[in-house]
Amino acid sequence: MTEARHEVGSQVGRSLPRIEARTKVTGRAEYTHTMQLAGMLHAKLFRSTVAHGRIKSIDTSAAQRMPGVHRVITSRDIRRVIPEPYYGPAFHDQPILAIDKVHYVGEPVAAVLAADPHVAEAAAALIVAEYDELPAVFDEIEAAKNKVLVHDELRPAGTFADLKHLKGRKGTNTALDFKLRRGDVEHAFTTAARVFEHTFRTQKVLHAALEPFASIADYRDSGVTIISASQGPSFVRTEIARLLGWPENRVRIKVPYLGGGFGGKLYIKLEAIATALSMIVRRPVKVALTMEEQFYTITKHPSTFRIKTGVDKSGRITGRKCEVYWNGGAYADIGPRVTQKSGFTASGPYDIDNVWIDSYALYTNLPPAGALRGFGIPQLVWAYERHTDIMARELRLDPLEFRRRNILREGRPQATGTIARDIKLEAALDRVAARLRWNEALERGAGPLRRGRGLAIAMKAVISPTTSVANVNIAADGSIILSCGTVDMGQGSDTAMTQIVGEVLNVPAESVRVTPRDTDITPYDMGTLGSRSLFHMGHAVRLAAEEAREKLKALAREVGEPEGSNAPISDLFRKKYGMQAGNIIGTGTYKPDYVPPDPASGATPNATPFWMCAAAGAEVEVDTETGAVRVIRLVNVVDCGRPLNPKIVETQISGAALMQLGFTMFEKMQIDGGQVTNASLADYKIPGMLDVPRGMESEAVAAHQSNGPYGAKGVGETATFCVSPAIGNAIEDACGVRLTELPLNAEAVLRALRSGTDQPLGDAP
Amino acid sequence: MSRRTIAFELNGEPVTAEIETHHNLVEVLQRDFNLTGARESCGQGMCGCCTVLVNGTAVSGCLYLAAFVDGAQVRTVESLADGDTLSPVQEAFIEAGAFQCGYCTPGFLLMATQLLDENPDPDDDAIRHYLSGNLCRCAAYPEIINAVKIAARKRKGATAPA
Repeated sequence: MTEARHEVGSQVGRSLPRIEARTKVTGRAEYTHTMQLAGMLHAKLFRSTVAHGRIKSIDTSAAQRMPGVHRVITSRDIRRVIPEPYYGPAFHDQPILAIDKVHYVGEPVAAVLAADPHVAEAAAALIVAEYDELPAVFDEIEAAKNKVLVHDELRPAGTFADLKHLKGRKGTNTALDFKLRRGDVEHAFTTAARVFEHTFRTQKVLHAALEPFASIADYRDSGVTIISASQGPSFVRTEIARLLGWPENRVRIKVPYLGGGFGGKLYIKLEAIATALSMIVRRPVKVALTMEEQFYTITKHPSTFRIKTGVDKSGRITGRKCEVYWNGGAYADIGPRVTQKSGFTASGPYDIDNVWIDSYALYTNLPPAGALRGFGIPQLVWAYERHTDIMARELRLDPLEFRRRNILREGRPQATGTIARDIKLEAALDRVAARLRWNEALERGAGPLRRGRGLAIAMKAVISPTTSVANVNIAADGSIILSCGTVDMGQGSDTAMTQIVGEVLNVPAESVRVTPRDTDITPYDMGTLGSRSLFHMGHAVRLAAEEAREKLKALAREVGEPEGSNAPISDLFRKKYGMQAGNIIGTGTYKPDYVPPDPASGATPNATPFWMCAAAGAEVEVDTETGAVRVIRLVNVVDCGRPLNPKIVETQISGAALMQLGFTMFEKMQIDGGQVTNASLADYKIPGMLDVPRGMESEAVAAHQSNGPYGAKGVGETATFCVSPAIGNAIEDACGVRLTELPLNAEAVLRALRSGTDQPLGDAP
Repeated sequence: MSRRTIAFELNGEPVTAEIETHHNLVEVLQRDFNLTGARESCGQGMCGCCTVLVNGTAVSGCLYLAAFVDGAQVRTVESLADGDTLSPVQEAFIEAGAFQCGYCTPGFLLMATQLLDENPDPDDDAIRHYLSGNLCRCAAYPEIINAVKIAARKRKGATAPA
């Protein structure tokens, strides 16, 4: 009945080039940052210069007098149109412009509107604000002591059940404390043959999407249209509707291609301020940031992780205690979810009977932190896999063998009690070991150049429970349009989704079109985040296509076609309507089962619909005279179920690993008194061509996710997990230095090499 | 601020633009000619997203004052394809999967084209060094290296005697 040019099973599993490829190589792909509307004003932001303070005055008169300035806006103006201008996914704590107080250096305090962005920028520089400075807190451990309070009172959003009890709480910087208690960890420690305890830290880094944040709002009495570089248009619609007190159908979010997202372009970023400004001036307003301003918008959580492990005589881990402190910055963003969702895997991908986890989300006076490609997992893995290697060394066990002895296997309970299913964790570890020829001796190098190798493994649960909805619309000529809210920010989701539609409806994937994201047309999706889309939206798209297929079959029966007929779809419509007319629309909704963790124990029989598994290996060469580390080989093996598009999966693996390589080796936001001092790509280096290891190997192990669409599950984050500890472990293997803090730059390595010698390095300036 | 009129050749067509002397080339291309292939990202000439060819040489369009292109030949990524026919470098980038989000891709395409004009058969080191001034946060670097090699073969094939 459908055009049977392709065999069933021919669309998923093929390395179809990205369906938007021609648009991108001809320079025609549209991004919010380069878009303009007729009559549009540009907004430039004036930002706080102090980390914590009461606003005494804001003098906007010089800015207002500059020729070409349309208007200067402060929170006083915002509150006239939006009385409670606070937003956020977990806490309604972030004001559109600072109200009464500023909470970090770089917080937006005022906005200048002008038709010429250069005028707006020059005028913003003329604004003068005076503050009564307050004590500030920057370190997460200090913040946990509550001596300096970032916020007077906590304002949970009410969306998440486990945050409701924090409403109105005073005297604390803790935005969530997640607990997991399994077995008796103290007893395990007292009966263990050896107990190890270490503290690990990670630094503040940045998404640095090459398309900086941008939103354009066009407010009318009838509704507001927002064009935005957003990974989550459905959330933006809900939150803007809440701020305006409007029904969602008066808020329209359109999302063109994204020039990178990586978790940064989630929730509300510039959408609220663009909307408020457009409300005030009744013209379209564009807010487009510079690269520098991205450093003041959203970042990755720095963390401190105290980990303690008991091991018995046979090398089995019997107990593990984890205390994780997440430095969330001045506004919670999605930090409390990172704290819980990553928190419950803090004990690692190991089979441990006695586990204690405390995971704390903390406010500090730093730029906010949110999701960054891994939702906290890379910070945890850095700690628990360095810890694993250090223990193996002290126990004189091979690091591979020690991991095999303790690894979580299929059918065994994870720390929450959820039985691990479809985890090809050991298979991934085996592939890394085979690629590194782990059972053969490594050439160790000579003179000052020392070589070493390291391994790491990790597991992540997908964020749950979340919902995706999709529509498949078949036109009367048989051509197909898919509407789904997953935002293609480079991960290739549009291509994968068309492959699923093509598979169900037996048409070439490249013949399926995907509508641009537009909440007036595109159904609900929780967000393009946490490697959830291929699984959740993939199911929704499959269900939508299957419903369309059933409706096509019904149409065929109705017009008298025999079962299994090969009549073209266009003939069915023509027979039914007498001309090329009509549509068939299939809808699919997917929400997996989930049981929330017990608040006291963190236990749940169903923590996640799937687990992402990763293993990595690294070979490094350390110059012991300079501390410089060269990564010679970087091997990443993931379990992503069945790759629906093997080529795109491979690029997701290598791309994620190389991004994490930057976070591992050199990226670090330098902060002095709350002020970021390297907020530019001149001073904050991200990986370039010359940083790519010569031996860069990526692999997806043979796997099938039994509850996944065509056996697939997510992969966008997976290859970030293990890179840092694999390299850290390789450095220790090469030259014996025990690094516990990222990044692993030459200074850190040389300091460690020289400490305890007669030539220690002086203190850092 | 002072306004002036500049005249230049844009992708083979003579054009004029009314500009302020402080306007950079990228904003003029976007605002006056609706060409958005050259994009500002870092704003400092560190990333290559804004790459434009001026008189045949790649420049950082976000730092290059539009006033300087008065009388010059300007080429952007939009000129690489000939109608529906992609250039060998564009084809090779698609075949190799050499981009993800695509924001940096125009800069890489122009630099890879310039590289192959200068060196039709570059090895890995030559490719890495020539393209080290372009950044890709999606880190499609291994695929980009591969794409340049594929493009080199395509261009040789196209110019080989029949």
